[in-house]
Amino acid sequence: MAKIVAGIATSHVPAIGVAMDKGMTGTPYWQPLFKGYEPAREWLAKLAPDVAIIVYNDHACAFSLEIIPTFLIGVADKFPIADEGFGPRPVPVVKGHPALAWHLAESLILDEFDMTIANEMPVDHGLTVPLSVTCGRPDAWPFPVIPLCVNVVQYPPPTGARCYKLGMAIRRAVEQFDQDLRVVIYGTGGMSHQLQGERAGLINREFDTAFLDGLTRDPVALSKITHTEYMREAGSEGVEMVMWHVMRGALGEDVAEVYRHYHVPASNTAAGLMILENRSPA
Amino acid sequence: MSRPRDYESIPGTYVYDAERGRVGYALNMFCMSLNKAENRRSFKENAPAYLDRFPLTPEQRRTVLERDWLGMLKVGGNIYYTIKIAFCDGLTFQDVAGMMSGVSKETYAKMMLAGGRTPDGNRYKDSSEDIKNG
Repeated sequence: MAKIVAGIATSHVPAIGVAMDKGMTGTPYWQPLFKGYEPAREWLAKLAPDVAIIVYNDHACAFSLEIIPTFLIGVADKFPIADEGFGPRPVPVVKGHPALAWHLAESLILDEFDMTIANEMPVDHGLTVPLSVTCGRPDAWPFPVIPLCVNVVQYPPPTGARCYKLGMAIRRAVEQFDQDLRVVIYGTGGMSHQLQGERAGLINREFDTAFLDGLTRDPVALSKITHTEYMREAGSEGVEMVMWHVMRGALGEDVAEVYRHYHVPASNTAAGLMILENRSPA
Repeated sequence: MSRPRDYESIPGTYVYDAERGRVGYALNMFCMSLNKAENRRSFKENAPAYLDRFPLTPEQRRTVLERDWLGMLKVGGNIYYTIKIAFCDGLTFQDVAGMMSGVSKETYAKMMLAGGRTPDGNRYKDSSEDIKNG
Protein backbone atom coordinates (compact mmCIF):
# COMPACT_ATOMS: atom_id res chain seq x y z
CA MET A 1 0.00 0.00 0.00
CA ALA A 2 1.23 3.50 -0.81
CA LYS A 3 1.26 6.17 1.87
CA ILE A 4 1.65 9.93 2.02
CA VAL A 5 4.44 10.34 4.53
CA ALA A 6 4.97 14.08 4.51
CA GLY A 7 3.94 17.41 3.07
CA ILE A 8 6.10 20.30 1.95
CA ALA A 9 4.73 23.80 1.47
CA THR A 10 6.87 26.30 -0.36
CA SER A 11 6.68 29.48 -2.39
CA HIS A 12 7.65 29.08 -6.04
CA VAL A 13 8.96 32.56 -6.90
CA PRO A 14 10.59 32.52 -10.39
CA ALA A 15 13.48 34.73 -9.22
CA ILE A 16 14.50 31.97 -6.76
CA GLY A 17 15.05 29.70 -9.76
CA VAL A 18 16.96 32.39 -11.61
CA ALA A 19 19.19 32.98 -8.56
CA MET A 20 20.03 29.26 -8.43
CA ASP A 21 20.53 28.92 -12.20
CA LYS A 22 22.89 31.90 -12.25
CA GLY A 23 24.81 30.87 -9.13
CA MET A 24 23.75 33.92 -7.09
CA THR A 25 22.59 32.09 -3.97
CA GLY A 26 25.56 33.29 -1.93
CA THR A 27 24.99 37.02 -2.52
CA PRO A 28 23.96 39.16 0.46
CA TYR A 29 20.46 39.52 -1.02
CA TRP A 30 19.82 35.79 -1.49
CA GLN A 31 22.00 34.13 1.13
CA PRO A 32 19.53 34.40 4.06
CA LEU A 33 16.78 32.78 1.97
CA PHE A 34 18.92 29.92 0.71
CA LYS A 35 20.53 29.23 4.05
CA GLY A 36 17.06 28.52 5.38
CA TYR A 37 16.50 25.94 2.64
CA GLU A 38 19.46 23.78 3.67
CA PRO A 39 17.74 21.94 6.55
CA ALA A 40 14.80 21.17 4.26
CA ARG A 41 17.14 19.63 1.68
CA GLU A 42 18.86 17.51 4.31
CA TRP A 43 15.50 16.34 5.65
CA LEU A 44 14.23 15.43 2.17
CA ALA A 45 17.44 13.62 1.18
CA LYS A 46 17.14 11.52 4.32
CA LEU A 47 13.45 10.82 3.76
CA ALA A 48 14.20 9.71 0.15
CA PRO A 49 10.57 9.48 -0.99
CA ASP A 50 9.64 7.19 -3.89
CA VAL A 51 7.47 9.77 -5.63
CA ALA A 52 6.26 13.35 -5.17
CA ILE A 53 2.93 14.92 -6.03
CA ILE A 54 3.53 18.61 -6.70
CA VAL A 55 0.50 20.88 -6.48
CA TYR A 56 1.20 24.11 -8.34
CA ASN A 57 -0.21 26.52 -10.86
CA ASP A 58 0.87 26.82 -14.44
CA HIS A 59 1.85 30.38 -15.42
CA ALA A 60 0.62 30.66 -18.99
CA CYS A 61 3.00 27.98 -20.25
CA ALA A 62 1.35 24.57 -20.53
CA PHE A 63 -2.10 26.13 -20.65
CA SER A 64 -3.34 29.46 -21.90
CA LEU A 65 -6.66 31.20 -21.47
CA GLU A 66 -7.87 29.07 -24.39
CA ILE A 67 -8.81 26.25 -22.02
CA ILE A 68 -8.61 26.71 -18.25
CA PRO A 69 -8.63 23.49 -16.21
CA THR A 70 -9.49 24.08 -12.56
CA PHE A 71 -7.76 20.86 -11.44
CA LEU A 72 -5.44 18.89 -13.72
CA ILE A 73 -3.19 15.89 -13.29
CA GLY A 74 -0.19 15.03 -15.48
CA VAL A 75 0.04 11.32 -16.33
CA ALA A 76 3.02 11.40 -18.72
CA ASP A 77 6.28 9.54 -18.14
CA LYS A 78 8.22 12.77 -18.59
CA PHE A 79 7.56 16.50 -18.59
CA PRO A 80 9.82 18.89 -20.54
CA ILE A 81 10.88 22.23 -19.07
CA ALA A 82 8.77 25.11 -20.41
CA ASP A 83 10.02 28.26 -22.12
CA GLU A 84 8.17 30.88 -20.09
CA GLY A 85 9.33 33.78 -22.21
CA PHE A 86 13.05 33.82 -21.35
CA GLY A 87 14.14 30.33 -22.43
CA PRO A 88 13.70 27.10 -20.46
CA ARG A 89 15.39 26.82 -17.05
CA PRO A 90 18.59 24.74 -17.24
CA VAL A 91 17.24 21.99 -14.99
CA PRO A 92 16.70 18.26 -15.61
CA VAL A 93 13.61 16.98 -17.37
CA VAL A 94 10.98 15.93 -14.83
CA LYS A 95 10.17 12.22 -14.87
CA GLY A 96 6.58 11.26 -14.16
CA HIS A 97 4.97 8.27 -12.47
CA PRO A 98 2.27 7.19 -14.92
CA ALA A 99 1.06 4.18 -12.91
CA LEU A 100 0.28 6.16 -9.78
CA ALA A 101 -0.86 9.20 -11.76
CA TRP A 102 -3.42 7.22 -13.75
CA HIS A 103 -4.57 5.51 -10.57
CA LEU A 104 -5.05 8.94 -8.99
CA ALA A 105 -6.89 10.28 -12.04
CA GLU A 106 -9.33 7.36 -12.03
CA SER A 107 -9.81 7.32 -8.28
CA LEU A 108 -10.31 11.07 -7.97
CA ILE A 109 -12.85 11.24 -10.76
CA LEU A 110 -14.82 8.33 -9.31
CA ASP A 111 -14.55 10.08 -5.94
CA GLU A 112 -16.32 13.09 -7.55
CA PHE A 113 -13.26 15.27 -8.29
CA ASP A 114 -13.48 15.90 -12.01
CA MET A 115 -9.83 16.09 -12.96
CA THR A 116 -8.57 17.13 -16.36
CA ILE A 117 -5.98 14.60 -17.56
CA ALA A 118 -2.80 15.74 -19.36
CA ASN A 119 -0.82 13.23 -21.40
CA GLU A 120 1.62 15.88 -22.55
CA MET A 121 2.61 19.14 -20.91
CA PRO A 122 5.70 21.21 -20.19
CA VAL A 123 6.27 22.27 -16.58
CA ASP A 124 7.24 25.78 -15.54
CA HIS A 125 8.83 27.44 -12.49
CA GLY A 126 5.71 26.68 -10.44
CA LEU A 127 6.88 23.06 -10.35
CA THR A 128 10.62 23.31 -10.94
CA VAL A 129 11.39 25.99 -8.35
CA PRO A 130 9.99 23.86 -5.49
CA LEU A 131 12.15 20.98 -6.76
CA SER A 132 15.20 23.24 -6.88
CA VAL A 133 14.47 24.64 -3.43
CA THR A 134 14.25 21.19 -1.87
CA CYS A 135 16.70 19.18 -4.02
CA GLY A 136 19.36 21.70 -5.07
CA ARG A 137 20.95 21.27 -8.51
CA PRO A 138 21.26 17.52 -9.18
CA ASP A 139 21.95 16.02 -12.63
CA ALA A 140 18.61 14.24 -12.39
CA TRP A 141 15.73 14.82 -9.96
CA PRO A 142 15.91 12.22 -7.18
CA PHE A 143 12.32 10.98 -7.56
CA PRO A 144 9.52 10.91 -10.13
CA VAL A 145 6.91 13.64 -9.92
CA ILE A 146 3.18 13.83 -10.55
CA PRO A 147 2.20 17.39 -11.49
CA LEU A 148 -1.17 18.52 -10.18
CA CYS A 149 -2.19 21.93 -11.49
CA VAL A 150 -4.69 24.29 -9.90
CA ASN A 151 -6.02 27.32 -11.75
CA VAL A 152 -5.24 30.55 -9.91
CA VAL A 153 -4.74 32.71 -13.01
CA GLN A 154 -8.38 33.24 -14.00
CA TYR A 155 -10.68 34.25 -11.14
CA PRO A 156 -12.12 32.35 -9.40
CA PRO A 157 -9.66 29.68 -8.33
CA PRO A 158 -11.21 26.73 -6.53
CA THR A 159 -11.97 27.56 -2.90
CA GLY A 160 -9.57 26.63 -0.13
CA ALA A 161 -12.21 24.26 1.26
CA ARG A 162 -12.51 22.49 -2.09
CA CYS A 163 -8.73 22.22 -2.30
CA TYR A 164 -8.60 20.72 1.19
CA LYS A 165 -11.21 18.13 0.22
CA LEU A 166 -9.25 17.31 -2.95
CA GLY A 167 -6.27 16.66 -0.71
CA MET A 168 -8.36 14.27 1.40
CA ALA A 169 -9.40 12.44 -1.77
CA ILE A 170 -5.77 12.23 -2.90
CA ARG A 171 -4.90 10.60 0.39
CA ARG A 172 -7.69 8.03 0.03
CA ALA A 173 -6.57 7.28 -3.52
CA VAL A 174 -2.88 6.95 -2.64
CA GLU A 175 -3.71 4.51 0.15
CA GLN A 176 -5.59 2.32 -2.33
CA PHE A 177 -2.59 2.00 -4.64
CA ASP A 178 -1.21 -1.52 -4.53
CA GLN A 179 2.53 -0.73 -4.55
CA ASP A 180 4.49 0.11 -1.42
CA LEU A 181 5.38 3.70 -2.19
CA ARG A 182 6.33 6.48 0.19
CA VAL A 183 4.82 9.63 -1.25
CA VAL A 184 5.45 13.28 -0.42
CA ILE A 185 3.07 16.00 -1.49
CA TYR A 186 4.05 19.60 -2.17
CA GLY A 187 1.70 22.56 -1.88
CA THR A 188 3.28 25.55 -3.59
CA GLY A 189 2.80 29.26 -4.27
CA GLY A 190 2.34 32.23 -1.97
CA MET A 191 2.91 33.44 0.59
CA SER A 192 1.74 37.06 0.75
CA HIS A 193 2.54 38.90 -2.46
CA GLN A 194 1.00 41.21 -5.01
CA LEU A 195 2.58 41.43 -8.44
CA GLN A 196 0.15 43.86 -10.04
CA GLY A 197 -1.36 47.32 -9.80
CA GLU A 198 -0.51 50.31 -7.66
CA ARG A 199 -0.59 48.06 -4.58
CA ALA A 200 2.22 45.79 -5.90
CA GLY A 201 4.67 44.74 -3.22
CA LEU A 202 2.16 44.08 -0.48
CA ILE A 203 3.49 41.77 2.23
CA ASN A 204 1.64 40.69 5.36
CA ARG A 205 3.91 38.93 7.80
CA GLU A 206 1.17 38.69 10.44
CA PHE A 207 -1.21 36.94 8.04
CA ASP A 208 1.52 34.57 6.83
CA THR A 209 2.58 33.64 10.36
CA ALA A 210 -1.02 32.90 11.36
CA PHE A 211 -1.39 30.83 8.19
CA LEU A 212 1.73 28.77 8.96
CA ASP A 213 0.54 28.23 12.54
CA GLY A 214 -2.95 27.28 11.37
CA LEU A 215 -1.68 24.56 9.04
CA THR A 216 -0.96 22.34 12.02
CA ARG A 217 -3.41 23.76 14.57
CA ASP A 218 -6.67 24.11 12.68
CA PRO A 219 -6.39 23.42 8.96
CA VAL A 220 -10.16 23.09 8.44
CA ALA A 221 -10.79 26.62 9.73
CA LEU A 222 -7.85 27.84 7.66
CA SER A 223 -9.29 26.29 4.51
CA LYS A 224 -12.35 28.53 4.84
CA ILE A 225 -10.48 31.78 4.20
CA THR A 226 -12.27 33.45 1.28
CA HIS A 227 -10.61 34.60 -1.93
CA THR A 228 -11.34 38.23 -1.10
CA GLU A 229 -9.69 37.87 2.30
CA TYR A 230 -6.56 36.38 0.69
CA MET A 231 -6.44 39.18 -1.87
CA ARG A 232 -7.10 41.95 0.64
CA GLU A 233 -4.81 40.65 3.38
CA ALA A 234 -2.12 38.74 1.50
CA GLY A 235 -2.10 40.49 -1.89
CA SER A 236 -3.89 39.58 -5.10
CA GLU A 237 -1.47 36.75 -5.84
CA GLY A 238 -1.54 35.61 -2.21
CA VAL A 239 -4.62 33.65 -3.25
CA GLU A 240 -2.14 31.05 -4.55
CA MET A 241 -2.12 29.78 -0.98
CA VAL A 242 -5.28 27.78 -1.73
CA MET A 243 -2.85 25.24 -3.16
CA TRP A 244 -1.34 24.65 0.26
CA HIS A 245 -4.70 23.27 1.40
CA VAL A 246 -4.49 20.41 -1.12
CA MET A 247 -1.22 19.36 0.51
CA ARG A 248 -2.64 19.76 4.01
CA GLY A 249 -5.82 17.84 3.24
CA ALA A 250 -3.73 14.92 1.96
CA LEU A 251 -1.95 14.50 5.30
CA GLY A 252 -4.77 13.60 7.65
CA GLU A 253 -5.47 15.15 11.03
CA ASP A 254 -2.35 14.30 12.96
CA VAL A 255 0.71 16.09 11.64
CA ALA A 256 3.91 17.36 13.17
CA GLU A 257 5.66 20.50 12.02
CA VAL A 258 9.31 19.57 11.59
CA TYR A 259 10.62 22.75 9.98
CA ARG A 260 9.68 26.23 8.87
CA HIS A 261 11.47 29.06 7.16
CA TYR A 262 10.11 32.50 6.32
CA HIS A 263 11.96 35.28 4.55
CA VAL A 264 11.09 38.67 3.06
CA PRO A 265 11.77 39.54 0.31
CA ALA A 266 12.28 37.13 -2.54
CA SER A 267 11.76 39.65 -5.33
CA ASN A 268 8.14 40.79 -4.62
CA THR A 269 7.21 37.91 -2.36
CA ALA A 270 7.25 36.63 1.19
CA ALA A 271 8.90 33.24 0.77
CA GLY A 272 7.65 30.59 3.16
CA LEU A 273 8.58 26.95 3.55
CA MET A 274 7.11 24.41 5.95
CA ILE A 275 7.60 20.68 6.38
CA LEU A 276 4.88 18.58 7.94
CA GLU A 277 5.26 14.89 8.73
CA ASN A 278 2.13 12.80 8.56
CA ARG A 279 1.48 11.01 11.86
CA SER A 280 -2.07 10.03 10.95
CA PRO A 281 -2.73 6.27 10.84
CA ALA A 282 -3.59 4.94 7.39
CA MET B 1 -22.89 41.72 -13.53
CA SER B 2 -24.85 39.31 -11.40
CA ARG B 3 -22.46 38.51 -8.56
CA PRO B 4 -21.26 40.82 -5.84
CA ARG B 5 -17.57 41.47 -6.37
CA ASP B 6 -16.46 42.49 -2.92
CA TYR B 7 -12.82 42.47 -4.00
CA GLU B 8 -13.55 45.61 -6.01
CA SER B 9 -13.09 47.50 -2.74
CA ILE B 10 -9.38 46.57 -2.63
CA PRO B 11 -7.30 49.53 -3.84
CA GLY B 12 -4.74 49.33 -6.67
CA THR B 13 -5.76 45.79 -7.62
CA TYR B 14 -7.14 44.41 -10.91
CA VAL B 15 -8.61 40.97 -10.36
CA TYR B 16 -8.69 38.98 -13.58
CA ASP B 17 -12.33 37.94 -13.36
CA ALA B 18 -15.05 37.30 -15.91
CA GLU B 19 -15.46 41.01 -16.66
CA ARG B 20 -11.76 41.43 -17.47
CA GLY B 21 -11.52 38.02 -19.11
CA ARG B 22 -14.15 39.08 -21.63
CA VAL B 23 -12.11 42.08 -22.80
CA GLY B 24 -8.56 40.84 -22.22
CA TYR B 25 -8.47 37.54 -24.07
CA ALA B 26 -6.71 38.68 -27.26
CA LEU B 27 -4.24 40.86 -25.37
CA ASN B 28 -3.24 37.99 -23.12
CA MET B 29 -3.02 35.50 -25.98
CA PHE B 30 -0.59 37.88 -27.70
CA CYS B 31 1.51 37.80 -24.50
CA MET B 32 1.33 33.99 -24.47
CA SER B 33 2.76 33.91 -28.00
CA LEU B 34 6.00 35.37 -26.58
CA ASN B 35 6.76 31.97 -25.04
CA LYS B 36 8.23 31.09 -28.45
CA ALA B 37 11.71 32.41 -29.25
CA GLU B 38 10.88 33.07 -32.92
CA ASN B 39 7.86 35.16 -31.91
CA ARG B 40 9.97 37.14 -29.45
CA ARG B 41 12.34 37.89 -32.32
CA SER B 42 9.52 39.05 -34.61
CA PHE B 43 8.02 41.21 -31.87
CA LYS B 44 11.38 42.83 -31.13
CA GLU B 45 12.08 43.45 -34.82
CA ASN B 46 8.77 45.10 -35.61
CA ALA B 47 6.30 45.37 -32.77
CA PRO B 48 3.45 47.12 -34.67
CA ALA B 49 3.57 44.52 -37.46
CA TYR B 50 3.67 41.68 -34.95
CA LEU B 51 0.68 43.08 -33.08
CA ASP B 52 -1.31 43.12 -36.34
CA ARG B 53 -1.60 39.36 -35.93
CA PHE B 54 -3.84 39.85 -32.88
CA PRO B 55 -7.27 41.49 -32.71
CA LEU B 56 -6.34 44.08 -30.10
CA THR B 57 -8.29 47.26 -29.43
CA PRO B 58 -6.44 50.52 -30.21
CA GLU B 59 -6.04 51.15 -26.48
CA GLN B 60 -4.65 47.66 -25.85
CA ARG B 61 -2.20 48.22 -28.70
CA ARG B 62 -1.13 51.55 -27.25
CA THR B 63 -0.50 50.11 -23.79
CA VAL B 64 1.72 47.40 -25.27
CA LEU B 65 3.70 49.70 -27.58
CA GLU B 66 4.20 52.28 -24.81
CA ARG B 67 4.84 49.61 -22.15
CA ASP B 68 2.11 51.16 -20.03
CA TRP B 69 2.09 48.27 -17.54
CA LEU B 70 -0.68 49.66 -15.38
CA GLY B 71 -2.71 50.62 -18.44
CA MET B 72 -2.52 47.02 -19.69
CA LEU B 73 -4.24 45.81 -16.53
CA LYS B 74 -7.02 48.34 -17.03
CA VAL B 75 -7.78 47.00 -20.53
CA GLY B 76 -7.89 43.34 -19.56
CA GLY B 77 -4.24 42.40 -19.16
CA ASN B 78 -3.48 39.57 -16.76
CA ILE B 79 -0.19 40.01 -14.92
CA TYR B 80 0.83 36.36 -15.39
CA TYR B 81 0.60 37.10 -19.14
CA THR B 82 1.70 40.73 -19.50
CA ILE B 83 4.89 39.95 -17.60
CA LYS B 84 6.04 38.01 -20.68
CA ILE B 85 6.41 41.33 -22.52
CA ALA B 86 8.67 42.47 -19.70
CA PHE B 87 10.73 39.27 -19.90
CA CYS B 88 11.09 39.94 -23.63
CA ASP B 89 12.43 43.43 -22.77
CA GLY B 90 14.87 41.96 -20.24
CA LEU B 91 12.97 43.39 -17.29
CA THR B 92 12.17 41.58 -14.05
CA PHE B 93 8.95 41.26 -12.09
CA GLN B 94 10.35 43.72 -9.61
CA ASP B 95 11.12 46.32 -12.30
CA VAL B 96 7.53 46.15 -13.54
CA ALA B 97 6.04 46.17 -10.04
CA GLY B 98 7.91 49.39 -9.32
CA MET B 99 6.64 51.00 -12.51
CA MET B 100 3.05 49.94 -11.80
CA SER B 101 3.16 51.39 -8.33
CA GLY B 102 4.63 54.63 -9.65
CA VAL B 103 8.00 54.68 -7.90
CA SER B 104 11.58 54.30 -9.04
CA LYS B 105 13.24 50.91 -9.16
CA GLU B 106 15.45 51.89 -6.22
CA THR B 107 12.57 53.11 -4.07
CA TYR B 108 10.59 49.95 -4.77
CA ALA B 109 13.55 47.66 -4.04
CA LYS B 110 14.15 49.52 -0.79
CA MET B 111 10.51 49.11 0.22
CA MET B 112 10.72 45.36 -0.39
CA LEU B 113 13.95 45.04 1.59
CA ALA B 114 12.27 46.86 4.45
CA GLY B 115 9.52 44.21 4.55
CA GLY B 116 7.27 45.21 1.66
CA ARG B 117 4.18 47.38 1.41
CA THR B 118 2.19 47.24 4.62
CA PRO B 119 -1.45 46.15 4.44
CA ASP B 120 -2.33 48.88 6.96
CA GLY B 121 -4.17 51.62 5.12
CA ASN B 122 -4.09 49.54 1.93
CA ARG B 123 -7.01 47.19 2.49
CA TYR B 124 -9.90 49.34 1.24
CA LYS B 125 -10.27 52.04 -1.39
CA ASP B 126 -12.24 54.01 1.16
CA SER B 127 -9.70 54.51 3.93
CA SER B 128 -12.39 54.90 6.60
CA GLU B 129 -13.27 51.25 5.91
CA ASP B 130 -9.67 50.40 6.60
CA ILE B 131 -9.89 51.89 10.03
CA LYS B 132 -13.24 50.20 10.73
CA ASN B 133 -12.30 46.76 9.46
CA GLY B 134 -8.52 46.72 9.59
